Amino acid sequence: MAPDLLLDQCCCVATYPATEDNGLKVLPLHTLTHLDRLEAESIHIMREVAAETENPVMLYSVGKDSAVMLHLAVKAFFPAKLPFPLMHVDTTWKFREMIEFRDRKAKELGAELIVHINEEGVREGIGPFTHGSAHHTDVMKTQALKTALTKHGFDAAFGGARRDEEKSRAKERVFSFRTIDHRWDPKTQRPELWSLYNARIKPGESIRVFPLSNWTELDIWQYIRREKIEIVPLYFAADRPVVEWNGVPIMVDDDRMPADLREQAELKSVRFRTLGCYPLTGAVESTAATLEDIIQEMLLTTTSERQGRVIDSDQSASMEKKKQEGYF
Amino acid sequence: MRMQDTLIGEDIAAYLEKHERKSLLRFITCGSVDDGKSTLIGRLLYDSKMIFEDQLDALESDSKKSGTQGESIDFALLVDGLAAEREQGITIDVAYRFFATDKRKYIVADTPGHEQYTRNMATGASTADVAILLIDARHGVQTQTRRHAFIVSSLGIRRIVLAVNKMDLVDYDPAVFDSIVGDFAAFSDELANGIEIQAIPMSALEGSNITSPSDATPWYDGPALIEYLDTVPIGDARADAPFRMPIQWVNRPNLDFRGFSGQIVSGQIRPGDSVKSLPSARESTVARLVTMDGDLDRAGPGQSVTIVLSDEIDSSRGDVLVASDAPAEVSDQFQARILWMADSEMLPGRRYLMKIGAKTVTATLNAPKYKIDVNTLQDRPAKTLALNEIGVLTLSLDQAVAFDPYDDIREMGGFILIDRLTNDTVGMGLIDFALRRASNIHWQALDVDRAALSEQKAQKPAVLWFTGLSGSGKSTIANALQKRLFAMGKHTFVLDGDNVRHGLNRDLGFTDADRVENIRRVSNVARLMSDAGLITLVSFISPFRSERRMARNLMAENEFVEIYVDTPLSVAEERDVKGLYRKARAGEIKNFTGIDSPYEPPLDPEISINTVESTPEEAAEAILDWLAERGFLDA
Ligand SMILES: Nc1nc2c(ncn2[C@@H]2O[C@H](COP(=O)(O)OP(=O)(O)O)[C@@H](O)[C@H]2O)c(=O)[nH]1
Repeated sequence: MAPDLLLDQCCCVATYPATEDNGLKVLPLHTLTHLDRLEAESIHIMREVAAETENPVMLYSVGKDSAVMLHLAVKAFFPAKLPFPLMHVDTTWKFREMIEFRDRKAKELGAELIVHINEEGVREGIGPFTHGSAHHTDVMKTQALKTALTKHGFDAAFGGARRDEEKSRAKERVFSFRTIDHRWDPKTQRPELWSLYNARIKPGESIRVFPLSNWTELDIWQYIRREKIEIVPLYFAADRPVVEWNGVPIMVDDDRMPADLREQAELKSVRFRTLGCYPLTGAVESTAATLEDIIQEMLLTTTSERQGRVIDSDQSASMEKKKQEGYF
Repeated sequence: MRMQDTLIGEDIAAYLEKHERKSLLRFITCGSVDDGKSTLIGRLLYDSKMIFEDQLDALESDSKKSGTQGESIDFALLVDGLAAEREQGITIDVAYRFFATDKRKYIVADTPGHEQYTRNMATGASTADVAILLIDARHGVQTQTRRHAFIVSSLGIRRIVLAVNKMDLVDYDPAVFDSIVGDFAAFSDELANGIEIQAIPMSALEGSNITSPSDATPWYDGPALIEYLDTVPIGDARADAPFRMPIQWVNRPNLDFRGFSGQIVSGQIRPGDSVKSLPSARESTVARLVTMDGDLDRAGPGQSVTIVLSDEIDSSRGDVLVASDAPAEVSDQFQARILWMADSEMLPGRRYLMKIGAKTVTATLNAPKYKIDVNTLQDRPAKTLALNEIGVLTLSLDQAVAFDPYDDIREMGGFILIDRLTNDTVGMGLIDFALRRASNIHWQALDVDRAALSEQKAQKPAVLWFTGLSGSGKSTIANALQKRLFAMGKHTFVLDGDNVRHGLNRDLGFTDADRVENIRRVSNVARLMSDAGLITLVSFISPFRSERRMARNLMAENEFVEIYVDTPLSVAEERDVKGLYRKARAGEIKNFTGIDSPYEPPLDPEISINTVESTPEEAAEAILDWLAERGFLDA
């Protein structure tokens, strides 16, 4: 879609300017752009889940992919409200700006927001600085997510994962089936033919649904720009207090960071390519303060997105394992 | 040569504007092990800069460690995946990969060439617009090549790239290329109609004819692979097909809004267009095409929209909105091609769930008529289908669904089969046609309900047998007459050829034997009804005198009234209310009365009606007079 049309909030396909496909036989109408097609596919997936499952939920992680997923959901059911709640598994170590953003968004949309915190983990004082990233993530995120899904009896959970994120995700289905204890069993994954999804499960089983499977990181950014989707300001470069921890620059977001670390804080112009727990999310030095800057930087960059995630380098090639354990 | 646009650095806004308008093409790569599929995909990803430096570093060290190309980068390692991934044994093994050029975004379905090929390939092909068939230039066309071509063409892919790879190993010899292309052409005639084949000589390893024409093949003047992919038309057939949208979700935020949400699978729609909801066939007009970005003034294939109709028609999830003037067919029995995808074999006679569009129904599969050997393309007898086998069989559903033949509109004719106990997806199916043409039979809305008819009768029973060509006006006149009789307090029932074929006679076709059995059953039902004191209006083409004589002989004395609805073929064909003549003329319906099957006019009918000169109401009036004169309407 041409950006100038977007500014008018006009989505009339009829007014598309000619593209390379439609010069000859095919009329402009027939040629949706890649973003149009990705959008339509995601909406289709969401409507299928809403119609075929009993108790779906959207896992809202407050990041850019979640922002796109939420935007698509709003479109899918417009003018009605979302037919499912949003759920955020809050490890209590998220950036403060994420929490503010999350609460404001839910309110704006009139969406039901469930915030789940592993209270036991909180009582035990589990945190990345004291217990290491792997243990923290396992208890506060992976286990917490499973507990939350079981507690609310959700039979389907939307997640914002994409196939392009990791080599091992390339074969992941849009509908990913989980056993009663939330395990992913490679043998029970189903073929996905055309746009027909088989969403039938037995009691207690559940489905993770990834409506953004076919989006790439660049698609996500282009769509955010096209649709003017609001994202957490942490994605944009600003002067922020940063320290080096485990070889990765992280931001000082509160005083739970050990004092000796905090003392080393330096103000740097940084931004984040992904958002998670602040001690586990590597900052990148950058001056990219607008969406265009970010995309430009991304296109010119030479490292993949996940490099910024401390959790991944913690155990090499661990994505596959994480998936089996229910991290996604 | 990496595709790096200098615009990125110089004018990012301009770059983004350009790239927001990309279209999207999905393709599948097929090849046997070692044909170079991974190398090709790895190269495409690399060239379009989908590979980041950190991945590249890993690749370089991996290449040295375990690559097959000495010191240079082994692109295949990019996509071959983790060891763990290979061992995990995912049942359906299709990897989706992404890259983009300046013109298009691509989604590649990468299916491994090993044993599970058929279902993997079918899965990948189901969403692909184009297939790339890899051939190792040294080995030429193999059995597999033919198998791959058959599968992708069966799945409806109409554009195939014959990628003759490893040309570097045959010194880029045009004779080798030509002979492979010739071999392929020799059997590609066996494939479905209208397949376009583009053969390209290439070397995935050296990058020849991948992104741009190679100096190594001066004798080849066709496009490089990317040039071809960047310009091949997308979705042209769908846009020209009639409008179809399965209803996924009924959007009802409040009492004032009721929208039908779904993704348009074919055709175009605008406010004001007349649509039908199938299978009920209720008709309405599109009032609005609602999206969050504002109402659209038209929408087309691939778009997810919410349609508001101008009438409150009662449609729900699973129904299909179709163009009124070109509706889909409705049937509960089909012939289909089935690919079995489960380890345990298909059980004929067992009930499976069938999901087509947004509808899930129960289907009983009959034993296959035959299965197709994908290596030889020969038919073989079969009692069942095992994993990866393709067969042709008939199936019947517990309720009618709207559909189009798969070869016409993929999403309207493709379905999955689900095991009711395990919930696994056990098969995929492509509808060829509705069985016994129940498809072409349109339900007639009956205006008189059963309760009213069961009231007390003050009449003599009669069987009013309307005969005449399809579209001659039998049902219209019978319905008009029934209304009049009903208004007079008479007890009637209409047996309509179409309606009866949906129920009592749904197992019958149009062979001569089936036609006779059809009439025999209907005559018997009419006899029972007249035994019960009803005036029965039978509206049947019943083209043959002998059939009508058989019916007459079954009835009590003087109770059989033959009514000849006399409409010339040219008139009936011009009316063509159900679009059947057009289909018959196009050869899509065989044995169609008046076209390629005869109609024998009655020699001595009780009543003869000329529909060119009289309206249905006048005709009904004339029949009424006839009945009244002979005392049928008296107590
Ligand atoms: N000489 C030459 N070797 C190739 C070419 N394409 C692939 N290969 C080699 O053929 C072998 C198998 O390739 P691979 O891409 O893994 O095949 P796949 O099994 O189809 O994925 C590897 O050693 C590749 O380096 C080519 O165009 N020329």
